[in-house]
Amino acid sequence: MGNTYSIDTVSAGHVNYARVRLWLATSFFWFAAALLAGYAYSLQFIRNYPFAGIEWLSPGRVRVTHTSGVAFGFLVTATIGLMEYVIPKLTNRPVLSQKVGWLALIVWNLIILTTVIGYLFFGQMQAIEWGETPTWIDPVVLLALAIVAVNNVLGPILKFSLESGRGLYVSLWYFTAAFVWTAINYFVGNFLPQYWVPGSAGASLTSMYIHDLVGLYVTPVGWGLMYYLVPVVLQKPIFSHKVSLLGFWALAFLYPLNGAHHYLFSPIPMWVQSLSIVSSVGVHLVVYTVIYNFLQTLRQGGTDSYTKLPLRWFVAGAISYLLTCMQCALHVTLTVQEHVHFTDWVVGHAHFVMFGTFSFFVFGFVTYLWPRLWGKSGWWSDSLNHWAFWMMAIGNFVMWTSLMIGGLIQGASWMALEPFTKSITASEPYWVTRSITGVGILLGYSFFAVNLYKTATTRGEKAPAMARPALAM
Amino acid sequence: MKILEKFSAVATIAGFSFYACAFGLLGVLPWFMTNRVAPIKGGLDFDAVFLPKTVPVDFRDKYKTLAEYKAAIDFGRKNYIAEACWHCHTQYVRPVGNEVARYGPVSENWEYQNEMNLPQLFGTRRVGPDLTREWNKHNIDWHFAHFRNPQDVVPESVMPRYDWFYDDKGKPNDRGWAITAYVMWLGSWRRNEAPPATPH
Repeated sequence: MGNTYSIDTVSAGHVNYARVRLWLATSFFWFAAALLAGYAYSLQFIRNYPFAGIEWLSPGRVRVTHTSGVAFGFLVTATIGLMEYVIPKLTNRPVLSQKVGWLALIVWNLIILTTVIGYLFFGQMQAIEWGETPTWIDPVVLLALAIVAVNNVLGPILKFSLESGRGLYVSLWYFTAAFVWTAINYFVGNFLPQYWVPGSAGASLTSMYIHDLVGLYVTPVGWGLMYYLVPVVLQKPIFSHKVSLLGFWALAFLYPLNGAHHYLFSPIPMWVQSLSIVSSVGVHLVVYTVIYNFLQTLRQGGTDSYTKLPLRWFVAGAISYLLTCMQCALHVTLTVQEHVHFTDWVVGHAHFVMFGTFSFFVFGFVTYLWPRLWGKSGWWSDSLNHWAFWMMAIGNFVMWTSLMIGGLIQGASWMALEPFTKSITASEPYWVTRSITGVGILLGYSFFAVNLYKTATTRGEKAPAMARPALAM
Repeated sequence: MKILEKFSAVATIAGFSFYACAFGLLGVLPWFMTNRVAPIKGGLDFDAVFLPKTVPVDFRDKYKTLAEYKAAIDFGRKNYIAEACWHCHTQYVRPVGNEVARYGPVSENWEYQNEMNLPQLFGTRRVGPDLTREWNKHNIDWHFAHFRNPQDVVPESVMPRYDWFYDDKGKPNDRGWAITAYVMWLGSWRRNEAPPATPH
């Protein structure tokens, strides 16, 4: 099938390299903090929490540092950085204002910092899952998201659209829609259930927010970035433009309706729950079209899909995505939900999405981009990169499997009307396994972090930032 | 098909309209439906429906009036949120096999139509048991011992200790009293339906 777009002929100017570097560097700092918090939290489950009795390191507060750290500290920060690279390239326009761009970077990182301080030292947590950011910071987050949306994303894309009169490349559909969705969604999720809508209607809105932070920010932005990265690394166009269209529009229509599947069997009106179940199963339309499109694209590149490291990250992430979405269509049915809801099955599912899929996409993109950002001819160490990949990939799969089995056992124990504590003692082997995989992931990530630092600071060979076709990946 | 690739269509139809449609179905309609059952203001009278007639006997030394007791429940709820209790304990009983036997009557809409559910605390994970009907599961001394060091009363528990709910002498402080008042209030509004009193 034909493709009228060729990304690499679009001019490469207008990217503010210094700012992209800083977005990415700060995101990787927050990721380190989030990983450590998650690991520490896992130790509570195997009764070896090192900070027991210390108020500001209470496991509950540390857990939120982990989830918010991954979602807002890492994924949002890193993807904004990557979009600062991709959007100017695809639109041939810089962000609207460089000053506002810097302001957004600073404000966003201050938001993450104050959020973590608020959680740990002041117990200021909002009881909205994935939206625990203290209530007084929420308006600032909303403002920052709006600034990024206008200045970095919608502004340049709209200008391109008006001035060229052309349709947009796939990535830009995803970015545009993601920022329209997220700006509204953040308000809906963080303000309505907090101040106006109690009970099950509030829960329905909360569930929309939980789902749409992942489904309408992380997912579209992640795939938008991959629609750029994969063709660029392969030097081949996306297999089918029409299939991309189907994937995007199906996502846009179905994902927002999915929310209430987070509270099945709850007092939320049953027709709302049924609607969410049906649309969640319908999401397979999105998943299979997108995966098919990418598999066909990768096929054109022969062995590139596993020999080139950015693509290897992408393929591992896409496998996670496929598995996690198949898992979703299974456990969203009431029959399975009855058994697995409230268990570690769901925790495993969440890790597979946020870490196994979209963090891997970011790692893939950064593997491609980082040396280029610093004008280097390659990474400081290729073998460290391979180690990082395998440690994190294996850690991710083993953790998912372990949590999934643990979840099934917990559900079975509850259904069998055993004393509640039986479900805890029965989970111990799986919680130990989780903590061990956590060590692997932490090690893998530290390799990656060392490599990031060393690549940026050593190995001279300053090539001009644009013309560097010979990078070995 | 070309229109589907335009900024205008992507931003207004995919971005705004589809989300608005979902917001209507998942947000506005349930809001109207549940509000008809019990509007937050003017519908269910919190004090009449959700509070006991007098301060429960366990709390009478600490809270002299019903107003003080109600304030304590709210302060307890704030601590429940701040310590992320709601990440490991849920607050809804599902119409599912074991849950009625284990926890008590299935949750109903009206039970959440009050200001203690801004935001609601349904929760999504049960590392520990559901707390919707916690009011008659344990006595106050159990809770005071349990918050101090859960493993003293439930050896298998993986719940963390909350030393900061106690003063230097090991007596519960205001936060310890409040969180206990909160969890021992949960479900008490259905005390006449004789839910199972057996521990989880």
